[in-house]
Amino acid sequence: MTTEDMATETEAQDEADEDSLISTDPGKGGLDENADRGGVTSGKTIIHSRDLDVFYGETQALQHIDLEIPENQVTAMIGPSGCGKSTFLRCINRMNDLIDIARVEGELSFKGKNVYDDDVDPVALRRRIGMVFQHPNPFPKSIYDNVAYGLRTQDKTDDMDAVIEESLKKAALWDEVKDRLDESALDLSGGQQQRLCIARAIAVDPEVVLMDEPASALDPIATSQIEDLIEELSEEYTVVIVTHNMQQAARISDKTAVFLTGGELVEFDDTDKIFENPDSQRVEDYITGKFG
Amino acid sequence: MSNEGQTPDLTGDRGFRTVRESTYRYALAGCAVLSVLTTVSIIAVLVLDAADFFSVVPIAEFLGGTRFSPNLQPRSFGVLPLILGTLLITIGAAVIALPVGLLTAIYLSEYATQRTRSILKPMLEVLAGVPTVVYGYFAIVYITPALNVALDWLNSTLGLGLPNLGLFNGLSASIVVGIMIIPMVSSISEDAMSSVPDSLRQAGYGLGATKFNVSLRIVVPAAVSGIASSFILAISRAIGETMAVVLAAGSQPPDIPTVQSAFGIPYVAPGDLLGLYTESSATMTVAMIDIASGDISGGSTAYKSLFAIGLTLFVITLAMNVVSDVVASRYREEYE
Repeated sequence: MTTEDMATETEAQDEADEDSLISTDPGKGGLDENADRGGVTSGKTIIHSRDLDVFYGETQALQHIDLEIPENQVTAMIGPSGCGKSTFLRCINRMNDLIDIARVEGELSFKGKNVYDDDVDPVALRRRIGMVFQHPNPFPKSIYDNVAYGLRTQDKTDDMDAVIEESLKKAALWDEVKDRLDESALDLSGGQQQRLCIARAIAVDPEVVLMDEPASALDPIATSQIEDLIEELSEEYTVVIVTHNMQQAARISDKTAVFLTGGELVEFDDTDKIFENPDSQRVEDYITGKFG
Repeated sequence: MSNEGQTPDLTGDRGFRTVRESTYRYALAGCAVLSVLTTVSIIAVLVLDAADFFSVVPIAEFLGGTRFSPNLQPRSFGVLPLILGTLLITIGAAVIALPVGLLTAIYLSEYATQRTRSILKPMLEVLAGVPTVVYGYFAIVYITPALNVALDWLNSTLGLGLPNLGLFNGLSASIVVGIMIIPMVSSISEDAMSSVPDSLRQAGYGLGATKFNVSLRIVVPAAVSGIASSFILAISRAIGETMAVVLAAGSQPPDIPTVQSAFGIPYVAPGDLLGLYTESSATMTVAMIDIASGDISGGSTAYKSLFAIGLTLFVITLAMNVVSDVVASRYREEYE
């Protein structure tokens, strides 16, 4: 990391202080245990992992992860490539089921229910935990049909036009596409496509939105639009975001989990704490760019 | 080490290499020209001889005639029965092959494990490699008798009055041609579906879709141009299929069914149409084989009718290819 990056990062931290105040929503968060300094609400836990291990074949991708993700907040997962942060994200809605060689041990509960219990249907789980991916992946269909897909799939077709409009508005895309809903989603710019993917995810009214580096394929302007959007979303949804970009985590998240190589969760705390005064030397080294 | 003022020698073995390279060039171009020339001369022969035929038999009589009897008096050269025979076999084969082929492709691309796929795909390709004459015998000695047993059973248990199949019949020919073209549909469709990016499937699963929903609502529509191409290619193949059809369906063209009329709207009773499948159903290619292998003299009208039928077939197949190209470019696969 260059000195320039370091400077940006300090600015980012200042911003983070303000941001955390904005995104605090005591009404939604449930509990009002505000920390004096940052004003981060430690809300009700919605996702809780206990001693979670993930293996890809022989390789262990995550080691004994204990993590409590609070409701209606933005929780960021940061760490170097291959540290398992995306793997953890994909455990939450069981997307790892789609990988034949992936094996999950331990417990990961959503609202107190272990999602790896035998009686859990991943399809039902994913209807409550939406996901936005690294690269915008709209379906090669019209803008309207992209948002409608999830609704149709889940038989939520009542008042569909209104739901689609509302979702596109929440995703800050409505004004740009309202006159061309029947055009192909592939004609949109990358940033618009990603906002469409967000609209598509929230249209079905999930409780949690998982985001896997949602801005990494976008230019800076589109990135900042997505970041603004994420903050707004956290008023209604619990957002868990994986990012490569530490400034981004500092800007938008309330809580930050730092994973380091080997699939180890090194530190999980309020974002301000992580970026200003981490407990672990390794986290500090990572944050300040000494490695990773 | 500088050698200023002294230009480097870059000629190499230039003269020889130039000759060699241009030889390659002309040899390769020659190969390309060979196939083009062949195509052009085939079309020329078809058109010229067909024109000769149409000077004897008016084109309207050929295209509109309902009786095809090139050798027996009174001679008649109506191509409609042959087109009907071709349609019967092609539609019958398509009804079997398109759904089965597509569903096979969905299974292979979306459901089968790597291992299953590595076993099933080569087996399907073997199916495509079976000589068509074998399919024909398979129809005569196995499928037709088996269908007759099934029909008898249906008639006796359900009290239906279904007719039995003749020795040569359109149904068994349709079935074998259908089986024959399944690999074509499944293989090309499977390629198209496999190239749909995984990110789209993930998006679907992320929205709480089931595997079947993802396959049917995301993968199939995204691969629609490849699937359509596979359908058209398979249908073209069915139209042109000869050997299996001549063995299974015989060389007697089907009778044009009586056209009835209700409230001024002409129609053919569905029973009459299905009944055609129980009888011999020569197609255009079968009629050509029949004429060509029969005892006809070179300049006769029957001989010349070969070219007229050939031209008709050529036009139909060409039209299918054009449609296929249009479909492929219109719905080109774009995912991102």
